[in-house]
Amino acid sequence: MYAEITGIVIMFGASLLFAIPLGKYMANVFAGNRSFLDKVMNPVEKFLFRFSGIDPTREMNWKQHMTAMLFINLVWFLLGMFVLMNQSWLPLNPDGNPDMSADLAFNTSISFVVNCNLQHYSGETGLSYLGQLYLMFLQFVSAATGIAATVVLFKALKEKATNQLGNFYLYFIKSITRVLLPLSIIVAILFLLNGMPMGFEGKDSYISLQGDTVQVSRGPVAAFVPIKHLGTNGGGFFGANSAHPLENPSYFTNIIQMIAQLIIPFAMIFAFGYFIKRKKLAWMIFSVMTVGFLLLAVPNIIQEINGNPAISKMGIDNRLGAMEGKEVRFGAAASGFWSIVTTVISTGSVNAMHDSTMPISGMNEMLAMMVNSFYGGCGVGLLNFFIFIILAVFISGLMVGRTPEFMGKKIEAREIKIAMIIALLHPLLILTGTALSSYLIVNHPELYGGWLNNPGYHGFSEMLYEYTSSAANNGSGFEGLGDNNMWWNISTGFVLILGRFLPIIGPVAIAGLLASKKYIPESAGTLKTDTPTFGIMIFAVILIVTALSFFPSLALGPIAEFFSMI
Amino acid sequence: MKKQFFPAIKLTLVLLIVLSGIYPLVIWGFAKLTPQKGKGELIEANGKKYYSNIGQSFTEDKYFYSRPSAVNYNAAGSAGSNKGPSNADYLAIIQERIDSFLTHNPGIEKKDIPVDLVTASGSGLDPHISVAAAEVQVKRISKIRNIPEANLRELVRTYTEQPAVGPQTINVLQLNIALDKLN
Repeated sequence: MYAEITGIVIMFGASLLFAIPLGKYMANVFAGNRSFLDKVMNPVEKFLFRFSGIDPTREMNWKQHMTAMLFINLVWFLLGMFVLMNQSWLPLNPDGNPDMSADLAFNTSISFVVNCNLQHYSGETGLSYLGQLYLMFLQFVSAATGIAATVVLFKALKEKATNQLGNFYLYFIKSITRVLLPLSIIVAILFLLNGMPMGFEGKDSYISLQGDTVQVSRGPVAAFVPIKHLGTNGGGFFGANSAHPLENPSYFTNIIQMIAQLIIPFAMIFAFGYFIKRKKLAWMIFSVMTVGFLLLAVPNIIQEINGNPAISKMGIDNRLGAMEGKEVRFGAAASGFWSIVTTVISTGSVNAMHDSTMPISGMNEMLAMMVNSFYGGCGVGLLNFFIFIILAVFISGLMVGRTPEFMGKKIEAREIKIAMIIALLHPLLILTGTALSSYLIVNHPELYGGWLNNPGYHGFSEMLYEYTSSAANNGSGFEGLGDNNMWWNISTGFVLILGRFLPIIGPVAIAGLLASKKYIPESAGTLKTDTPTFGIMIFAVILIVTALSFFPSLALGPIAEFFSMI
Repeated sequence: MKKQFFPAIKLTLVLLIVLSGIYPLVIWGFAKLTPQKGKGELIEANGKKYYSNIGQSFTEDKYFYSRPSAVNYNAAGSAGSNKGPSNADYLAIIQERIDSFLTHNPGIEKKDIPVDLVTASGSGLDPHISVAAAEVQVKRISKIRNIPEANLRELVRTYTEQPAVGPQTINVLQLNIALDKLN
């Protein structure tokens, strides 16, 4: 058991160790300073911009940034629909996999454009290699979109009264050429050396030692998995995601995948500190997030190590923990840890099946996505956290009778309205979707009863989880849910769009509005935002918003299931 | 409109070439330089090639059993059972697996059956079992194959893998290939 806890500490510690210098490097890159990849990448970037007819020096205000983002995302979505609905006759389809139906292609294309990767299909039977490679493209660009939007926020908070916030395409391309692509190549090489396959041949087939005829799905796995994690996308090459022995062959590759998904969300926080020259603020943010993360992760690890009490009662040797849906090579501890890392960050990859985790673990996985800003996805986690900062500044301002200010800018009615809308959007999407689905199941069990793989409270959790995962752009699931049908494909599709773009536009709008305001130098009357006290304040705001919004629904699902098992 | 769309389309096309074309080809090139040539880890036995990372179904009593699987170890797909911990039907299946194990392994007590032998893995393709799961089967195999228990325990020890960090594992396929060679 000690070896497994050591494994977890190594994963977290190594991520932090790599993330701090990476954050410094990223701040440097986005500030436009010289960096060590200039020689290789400057010509590449120049070519990309010249070919596309983009002037990367054209300054944009926040609205122009968002327009550029939405247009290019629309192009990716439409192209995705085309590829997925025509993959059967397009090249690179050795297994002869069929076209996606329109509703599934709609869901899949959106889901990868918005960095969610919900996956209502299985990679083995649902995608050609061309489809996989296009989705891999989306994994790069959706992550870069998130990072670019966050850099706009950095820039807005740094500048003293301006609406010139740099160029969207420049931030976007640099996220790829300077961060995502080089790191992906390094990680891919590590994977190749540890037995991950990489090729373009179709399924292999053989007769097993015992005499069964079986097939093995293969493909360009080692290129796909690095960006799946570095970009906090999480969409698996295979149906079983990172539980699949070809997608995650050993405990060592598990460590690498864990570091790969933690490193950029961590680094963004430190990049923020370096960029606006407030390292203390960055550490305050990191600490608040880490406290939240630990409060969710530690109970999960304990729950999974202790195992299923219903199986313990049967009198067998339950020392390995809750092994249903888990792989022996990772064990209960590392799987429990992963289940929270992947949900606090918007990765959504799994190395064990969340549907089979213990009730309280399942609740923490959902809570992680309901908060959605303890670290959070590539870039966007910080945007979500920014909303809570604004709310905390406002509330504490009122409490002590000072004008609410952040970074020398007054926070006024307009900013607070935007922040509140974004904070309330998340529960609105999740709870409305779950309520409608529950209504359908209860009133038309003959039509929709087949959705659920488990009865009772757990069945309700399956639906709640699916909408939570969609709204948080996470992509993991209680995969027992029968979700490849019109209702789920389309309803979650819309939740995905709203849950992605509004929480990006909202914070960037606030930052843009703040940037154009007059700068008020700090004085004795200013509320300090980089102190532990203010950290506690943010934490309280997060706790209250989340608890008030979600406690009733959690009580109906995982909490009720927990008490039914005692 | 046009001013936004054309650059977006052109940038998408050129990035497609870089990210979906050049990048995977570079990784594919690296793969060709590795010992496995990007084909995954293969092992040979009786002139046949197997994937050592892909578990196989072992249900016959003369072999060490592998774990239950939601996809019967057919790696054309992959999945877990996705059964919730309180699901009564699921718990009944676990009870059945325990009972069946006891019937096939006389002389073994319930408290010695490790949980990984009665629960399905996440991928349905788990190549490993725990050390306890191998040891609990030694008695049965010794009787069927007429091999002294001590030799089998030695074999289990030989095939126990202890990575630098992480749990101990035993690759069932490799263990059973070695087992066939003992006779």
